[in-house]
Amino acid sequence: MNLLRQLLFPMIAVAAAFLVGGIMVLIVGDSPFEAYRLLLGSALSWPDGIGYTLFYATPLIFTGLAVLVALRCGLLNIGAEGQLYTAAFATAWVGIKLAAFPSLLLVLLCCLTAIVVGGLWGAIPGVLKARFGSHEVINTIMLNFVAVALVSYFTQYYYKIPGDPILQTVPVSGGAHIARLGKFIPGLPERIPLNLAFIMALLACGFVYLFLWRTKWGYEIRATGANPTAAEYGGISVRKQIILAMAVSGALAGMVGINEVLGYRYRYYDGFSANYGFTGIAVALLGRNHPAGVLLSAILFGMLIRGGIFVDAFTNNVTKDLVDVLQGMVILFVAAEALFRGPFGRFGLLKRSKV
Amino acid sequence: MLWESNSTYKTYKTSKTLLQLRNITKHFGAVVANDQVNIKVEPATIHAIVGENGAGKSTAMRIAYGFYTADSGEIVIDGKVRDIKNPHDAIALGVGMVHQHFMLVDTMTVAENIILGAEPGNQTALDLSRAKAEIRKLSEEFKLAVNPNSLIENLSVGQQQRVELLKALYRHARLLILDEPTAVLTPQEVEEFFAILRRMREQGKTVIIITHKLSEVLAISDEVTVMRDGKVVGRLPTQKTDAAELARLMVGREVLLRVEKEDAKVGSIELQVKDLSVTAADGAKRVNQVSFEVRRGEIVGIAGVEGNGQTELIEALAGLVEPARISGQIRFEDKNITRFNARSRRELAIAHIPEDRHRRGLLLDFTLEENSILGVHYREPIVAYAGHVFLDQEEMRSRAMEILEGFDVRPANPELPARSLSGGNQQKLIIGREFVLHPRLLLVSQPTRGVDIGAIEFIHRRLVQLRDGGCAVLLVSAELEEVTSLSDRLLIIHQGRIVGEVDPKIATVEEIGLLMTRGH
Repeated sequence: MNLLRQLLFPMIAVAAAFLVGGIMVLIVGDSPFEAYRLLLGSALSWPDGIGYTLFYATPLIFTGLAVLVALRCGLLNIGAEGQLYTAAFATAWVGIKLAAFPSLLLVLLCCLTAIVVGGLWGAIPGVLKARFGSHEVINTIMLNFVAVALVSYFTQYYYKIPGDPILQTVPVSGGAHIARLGKFIPGLPERIPLNLAFIMALLACGFVYLFLWRTKWGYEIRATGANPTAAEYGGISVRKQIILAMAVSGALAGMVGINEVLGYRYRYYDGFSANYGFTGIAVALLGRNHPAGVLLSAILFGMLIRGGIFVDAFTNNVTKDLVDVLQGMVILFVAAEALFRGPFGRFGLLKRSKV
Repeated sequence: MLWESNSTYKTYKTSKTLLQLRNITKHFGAVVANDQVNIKVEPATIHAIVGENGAGKSTAMRIAYGFYTADSGEIVIDGKVRDIKNPHDAIALGVGMVHQHFMLVDTMTVAENIILGAEPGNQTALDLSRAKAEIRKLSEEFKLAVNPNSLIENLSVGQQQRVELLKALYRHARLLILDEPTAVLTPQEVEEFFAILRRMREQGKTVIIITHKLSEVLAISDEVTVMRDGKVVGRLPTQKTDAAELARLMVGREVLLRVEKEDAKVGSIELQVKDLSVTAADGAKRVNQVSFEVRRGEIVGIAGVEGNGQTELIEALAGLVEPARISGQIRFEDKNITRFNARSRRELAIAHIPEDRHRRGLLLDFTLEENSILGVHYREPIVAYAGHVFLDQEEMRSRAMEILEGFDVRPANPELPARSLSGGNQQKLIIGREFVLHPRLLLVSQPTRGVDIGAIEFIHRRLVQLRDGGCAVLLVSAELEEVTSLSDRLLIIHQGRIVGEVDPKIATVEEIGLLMTRGH
């Protein structure tokens, strides 16, 4: 019953978003049924649809989890974008510089780099908040600019193939590649970039759940988020928790670099993130700040990205901006929870018990 | 004599009944919050509605104010059945309500807050000067001494409450419903507040006061309606009743209002405080050169008007004040713990029951089980296996059950969020959590604030038991009766200084009161 209630609300929000999106499709002069058939059909076809949907979902699972961990500590990490850029660049750097290492070791080192660098970049605003009380929202936003500029600079002036018109580094060593899932799954061609990072994302969901709800550290992070003064009373150092939560958050965001660099492009490609960090906030919100919810909502967003490309191509007037509208609407309706408590509250499904 | 039906009750036969709730029933899910409730309030009286937490008093009044709608029953105002669907309807009929938690915008002025939602002037222009004049007039009429131009954030809690009263008066309320109005006030403020209520009664206003403090009921009201488990169990003129009878009606059994305890068997010194000062962020000394000691097996009480440094003193002893703001020395047994943090003090078996259970004591959105391990969540046996990282679910459950059952927390369901418990049960959860630590020193602040009479008796008994078991107890309470009846020695604090020590068995209330207010 409780699970149903948890699921019901995001589902209503998604349905409402689709309804509004459908009306917009109608207004621009296409059939909403056709558009949604295209969208869902192309997102769920086998193997391309499902393969790409899960591939697009992978970075969003990581960033959704990143936002979730910070939020559970009462912090809004808007810096996942910067964390994943620095991490991805550092991953590529290790993949380029340590080309001589044996493959397995190199992959491990690269993954570790993504996690550590993302974590360190995330820890900076954590330290600033814990030490000086400066607000993490401002600092994470500012560090996004710093990160993007910094990695662009290094790519442009140090790690680009001379004469390459695209702003990207030289490729990483072949030993740093991680397998695409097509290698293991019959019927899934290896050209589809869905790779082992997706499995890592699934594991990360389990890890975040265990970490937050089953370990003393998670307990302390959540206690700090729920009531910092009570956490302090219980002998928990609020400052330490802020730094820890931001570091874990950054590390999760940094794992996007594994998907991007080791599993997809095999190099650092400047500006690769399609706002993964910011969409992660939406993913965490829609997923009700729970790892299972994040997984589901990331897959939904993955479907939208995949389907959007097809809607764009095969309808007369609808462009893939429809996806942005749908994403925006989903968030709008999730945020407008109170709206639903009124009329829908009568069914007793969403009512908060008052006793 | 306990129950007199509405038809035979004739004290105020000259005037027409102002408000009558007839057979009001209200369910929240499966819980019956109000069961055939009948309440009758006569004009120009102060009517107290008493009952334990969860007895349904607030629900009944919120129905009268249109906050909830009743499942069945009717609301009669001025002899006519009224359809009150929302607070707007109630306000139009002259009913106003002041909630326990104030609904004021801190950064706005008194006048702006008062007119919020009832702005004078036409659609576009706001006639603030007219509003201010009106507010001044009302403020003088009832001697509220409120300046319409003050910012809310600069007002004391007592003043803010008077703004809430003004808000209702400004909307022409004839009947004011006050939900636990004294819970946030100091003893002096309570006196001033009661004077205001009496003036309002003289001016023909009617007041309903929801409370569970019996002394206040007896001091201020003309009539009392007693509720228990959603039902009205008694309706009495205040003059014909006493605290013992009201307590019996509220709880449904005989209640011991006095604490019974034997003389203390005092042992060695557990806590020694020497020249302790605590400086606030603004540089003021909240605790000023305080020295005292607490021995095993005794309860040392600290009496004082709230805001005289008690909070800071206890927090400093519990390790919740930054070391930079503390001077002097705190010794526990043979250790100097002045620089110890909260965690290391807890590890020495120093337990703390904080004064503010929502701010300090509980994680309201956490389950009872999660709350019951706060402070020991990182230690054995809660994290026993795999490198002391994972929480042992079975140990958590058994600790939670030990607390819930041993301290009569209801409902004893470890998976409920702490938020869902009543105040009394939340307090019992905190007390249980600290007691199962087997503390050698207990710092306890306002142990029975907002707690039912039945639970107060229980908490007092457990505190005495703990002391008899050899624990040193330092008790701070704003309830003079509580602190005098529980303590073996009583220190009086005034403006951050300990200004005297009295023997609570022989000291008079006047003697203590003078020390509390004047400091000598």
